[in-house]
Amino acid sequence: MNGIIGAVLFLILAPIVGGLIAGIDRKITARMQGRVGPPILQPFYDVGKLFEKENVVVTTAQNFYVLAYLVFIALSGALFFAGGDLLLIVFAFTLAHVFLVLGAYAVHSPYSHIGAERELIQLMAYEPMVILAAVGLYMVANSFYVADMVATTVPVILYLPGVFLGFVTILTIKLRKSPFDISTSHHAHQEIVKGITTEFSGSTLGQVEIAHWYENVFLLGFLYLFFAWNPVIGVIAVAITYLAEIFVDNVTARARWQAALKSGWLVAGVLGLVNLAILSYMMTGGV
Amino acid sequence: MQTLLFLILFPILVACLLLFVKRTTLRYAVVALSALVIGGASIYLLMRYAFEGAVYFTAPSEAASLAMVAIEMGLALFIVYMGAKFRNYLAIALAVVQAALVVYLETTFSGNLHAVNNLFIDQFSIIMALIIGLIGSLIAVYAVRYMETYHHHHPEVRDRQTMFFFVTFAFLAAMFGLVFSNNLMWVFFFWEVTTISSFLLIGYSETEEATKNAFRALVMNLLGGVAFVVALIFLASTEATSGGIDLARVLASGDAAVILVPAVLIGFAGITKAALMPFSSWLLGAMVAPTPVSALLHSSTMVKAGVYILVRFSPVFAGTFAGFSIGLVGAVTFVVASAIAISQSNAKLVLAYSTIANLGLIAACAGVGNYMLVWAAILLIVFHAVAKSLLFLGTGAIEHRLGSRDIEDMEGLIVRMPKMAVMMFIGIAGMFLAPFGMLISKWAAIEAFVQVPFGLVFIAILAYGSAVTVFFWAKWMGKLVAVTRQAERVEKGFFEEPWAPLYIITGLVIATVLLFPVISSTLIEPYVLAIYGVTALLAQANVAIMLLMMALLLILPISFLLFRRSAKHLPAYMGGRPATPDLHFAGSLGLTREAQTRNYYLTEYFGEAKLFLPGMVVCTILILASWVLAGVAL
Repeated sequence: MNGIIGAVLFLILAPIVGGLIAGIDRKITARMQGRVGPPILQPFYDVGKLFEKENVVVTTAQNFYVLAYLVFIALSGALFFAGGDLLLIVFAFTLAHVFLVLGAYAVHSPYSHIGAERELIQLMAYEPMVILAAVGLYMVANSFYVADMVATTVPVILYLPGVFLGFVTILTIKLRKSPFDISTSHHAHQEIVKGITTEFSGSTLGQVEIAHWYENVFLLGFLYLFFAWNPVIGVIAVAITYLAEIFVDNVTARARWQAALKSGWLVAGVLGLVNLAILSYMMTGGV
Repeated sequence: MQTLLFLILFPILVACLLLFVKRTTLRYAVVALSALVIGGASIYLLMRYAFEGAVYFTAPSEAASLAMVAIEMGLALFIVYMGAKFRNYLAIALAVVQAALVVYLETTFSGNLHAVNNLFIDQFSIIMALIIGLIGSLIAVYAVRYMETYHHHHPEVRDRQTMFFFVTFAFLAAMFGLVFSNNLMWVFFFWEVTTISSFLLIGYSETEEATKNAFRALVMNLLGGVAFVVALIFLASTEATSGGIDLARVLASGDAAVILVPAVLIGFAGITKAALMPFSSWLLGAMVAPTPVSALLHSSTMVKAGVYILVRFSPVFAGTFAGFSIGLVGAVTFVVASAIAISQSNAKLVLAYSTIANLGLIAACAGVGNYMLVWAAILLIVFHAVAKSLLFLGTGAIEHRLGSRDIEDMEGLIVRMPKMAVMMFIGIAGMFLAPFGMLISKWAAIEAFVQVPFGLVFIAILAYGSAVTVFFWAKWMGKLVAVTRQAERVEKGFFEEPWAPLYIITGLVIATVLLFPVISSTLIEPYVLAIYGVTALLAQANVAIMLLMMALLLILPISFLLFRRSAKHLPAYMGGRPATPDLHFAGSLGLTREAQTRNYYLTEYFGEAKLFLPGMVVCTILILASWVLAGVAL
């Protein structure tokens, strides 16, 4: 029952929270750059305006894939907040992204094609670390269910510092921040040709934005699992991490896809695996 | 028991009959009818024995065993003849060694070569029988028209279709025999028949390349065959403790250390047949054969025999270092083959590498072999068989229509061959997407490996491997769904493969995805329970979620209708230049230029040249390690 409430709350509140986070993000980014920045509600105005635009497409099929992307992102987030099986959620999340990529392929346009390829490379870059993070959380909580992970009384972060750092690194990819915002970027001067979303416009682009809000809330929820033993510390830690992401976004230039792939795999291999290896050594008492 | 004997003998009968059928229409009738009979009989088998557990039969032994030895000798002579004809002395040497070992076994240990029961059936065998009986015979039906078109496209190839269909059905018979035999001598006999069948089918076109690759497959599989006989000799000489050549007794043997050596040797035979590294090159070489052969080898016969034997013996491997080592061979094969698949643009090669990868994953599960992993391995076998057969047959049909099997040339297939594109889409989705088949098994495998000592090694390999898998499948899918303007529809043609087998297999893919909880609870879970005393269970909540996702996927296409009425169409963005919908844009100097899109293949990182050799070296070392570890345990 709790699960269903969590899912429903997520489906209703996540777009609001996600939009607010996006607004605050833009404000802080502006301040870091010495600008005033848009009002915090600006993301809502932007998306609202997108829904009033004329429905223009290259091919009708693109709308279908984007809708599927939105639906499955929302579904994986809802499953997460319902306390479901984390591995299953990770795979549902991947499915959602494959839909976005297929949407970009379907329009058969050079810019979105490149964007789609890059999005896939990013997916390949972050996936190992996400799976390892799920496995690490399992090893501490002894269950793949998010509900059990939240209920844990152990300070997970102390057991999984490496996994956490690795996850934060690939979070840069997921939040579409520099240096890994390769397939699409949210900076104004690059928005004209925006990789994977080049051919999406109007309400379709609005759906991509909303999906991204859902996604960000889900990801911050994932981050929270590392601190779940103490809600206050948890919320603060998530906020600080997000601030750090904004900072990194502002001080780095875009990396090439090779660098993104290598960093993603390296953090998974070095930080993630070593951490898990030590943990399993400690837990099994020497095996 | 009649059904078992029928399934083994009836295909042989059909095979002999097909030797005399020369006309395509008549051949189609015969093949389709026998496919119906074989498929029906395997479904009857399911209904008759699904709820009975393992049932053993004392099938006639003396005469049959004698005939088998005689045929084995005949086959050895055939290999010697072929080897002499094509100057492949390694094949001759292996065949002679193997024949000599068989003679030694028969003469020295004749007293120990009796199984209490020669035939048996349990849930795992039923699953295998369904794969062979339904998918194998559908491929045979598809092959009739395909081969007609094939000869139309390749006038230089000698028409040996009677031989082709004879071997195909003999192959199916051997596969049935393999999965029903409780007598390991029988298993070995059928094992060798599959080796020869694939040799003949791969070399079908008689070109120099085909002959070379056929011999490569033969040599590698004969290596496994030799290991198999050595295992039999070992078992026969330790009959009292190991249980001899009676499969059920061997698996139930109390002396785990004694049976580990033969198990590892038979596992080695499984590794060669399942084309794991370092033996994967034979399966890649087999791509020269006509596409139905590839479909047959990949989905319902040959390589499935290899993983079948590995999974059968996995209770012996479970918890041993030797088994762990075999599991690692599989895991390394999985990640290396998946990575190489990224660099391939030839559709058949992508399919081949992904088969090798999946077989690796199955072997990884079988080698480590706890109850959850065996559950996952069997589920993987099922999903791989249905999805892969669809993809191969689809690729064959596309190749005949487009004249190419390059993935780049499949761009916009959704416009050119919409039905085919949808079927390929379903097949590919079955290979890697949630909530479809393979993913369930990968998920189960991760959950299981977490609980195994040193399972972290496998988790790491799975994490990277499945990320890589997503990349190469998704970019292929992307090519299929690209909506290209002004492309011609080419679905119809003069020479047309029958679509019925394709439709049926597509239906099977969807059915397995929807029914997998049922398949799991009626067939796989009881088998695992019988072997291990515990069984893997899917959480009801997760099953519900997967069905929910499936339902969403089925409902979502309706949204197409919503978009159709209102949208206004524009050409793609081309840096602000005036453009047309078919990717032409106004370049400088008044010239119209065409933009093209090509996928990334990342050869620099994932190329065959870069990864194949290291993969082979690592796997060879691991195989040798598994022998040493088994020997140490003894």
